[in-house]
Amino acid sequence: MYIIDFNKLRFLVCDDNAHMRRILRTLLHSFGAREVYEAEDGATALEMYSHYVPDIVITDWAMPIFDGLELAQMIRQPEGLGNPYAPIIMLTGHSEKRRVMVARDAGVTEFLAKPISAKGLYQRILNVVANPRPFIKTKNYFGPDRRRNNGSSYIGVERRVGGKAEIMQQPSLLEKTRSGS
Amino acid sequence: MARKQKAPDVTIDTFADHQVISQPNPLRKMVRYAEDHEIDDPVARAEQALAELSGEFTDWMQAECERLSTAYATIKRDGLNGENSMELFRAAHDIKGGGATFGYPTAAAAAESLCRIIEHAPDLSKVEELIMHHVNAIQAIVREQSRIDSVGMADQLSKRLRGVADEYLIHANRDRPEHLEAVLAPSIVPEG
Repeated sequence: MYIIDFNKLRFLVCDDNAHMRRILRTLLHSFGAREVYEAEDGATALEMYSHYVPDIVITDWAMPIFDGLELAQMIRQPEGLGNPYAPIIMLTGHSEKRRVMVARDAGVTEFLAKPISAKGLYQRILNVVANPRPFIKTKNYFGPDRRRNNGSSYIGVERRVGGKAEIMQQPSLLEKTRSGS
Repeated sequence: MARKQKAPDVTIDTFADHQVISQPNPLRKMVRYAEDHEIDDPVARAEQALAELSGEFTDWMQAECERLSTAYATIKRDGLNGENSMELFRAAHDIKGGGATFGYPTAAAAAESLCRIIEHAPDLSKVEELIMHHVNAIQAIVREQSRIDSVGMADQLSKRLRGVADEYLIHANRDRPEHLEAVLAPSIVPEG
């Protein structure tokens, strides 16, 4: 079977809570990761993001001054100097549907609601490593494809026109968060 | 160790109002085939590591509780304002997020109720007593955690507080549809 070589992956963890950072570090090292960089606020995380060029970012949402949502928006700058494509996993105590949508619209790749579990975190990482989605750029969005169904019957807001993009069939971010898988 | 930034090798398909940007999976090389005998379940390994860390959870939870108490004491001293209510929210939010992991699910539930009050009450000065009951309840639940007969009581206390808070928030937000929708929406956190 196929497995992830965690020892080749570089992680950036951003959480203002030292206890949560310790838990994340413990989990990632147990998975086999060697390179785990930590920041306690969004501004430091952004600096570390440019310096260390991590493969995967795991960030909390609620942090003072510069939060995880702003960090995601800063990373997803197509004209910026850094890599705008790195997977971002948002790990947060926020547990409302509205928050998942806001995170998705900021360019977050995966959403994981606390309380954290080893299984939930592993599955999010497995998904971003093995099944990356194409990126979409519109006049007001740049980030991973927000649509995980390629049905042509969608008639809601921000409907794309001008051709059909190839997109992957995956459960929506909200469905995945609800099921915990 | 700093790493040199490589320009991503992307393909751009342009449509009328959007672009689809694809790149060869840069993390593909991190996935490899392994024989069954090589595989050591990483999730089980991580759960074991977390169990080994759990000896520290009581101290961590007490530290989180002290942070909540300090934030509340500041409010009592200075009166409610945007800054100190935000600090109380952050302290409660961290207990909500970490409490269950640290072995205090009922404290996490009471902290969630407190977060909802701070986020959705139209005027916090009108719910100071409700805030105080939540802070006291979280402290009591954490303090009495080790007493076997307190577990059911903690659960009842937490549910009762949530009931009172929800009743108030539904009534107070009856003319604020965005808040009302958020108050009534089910949690996305999987059960159990």
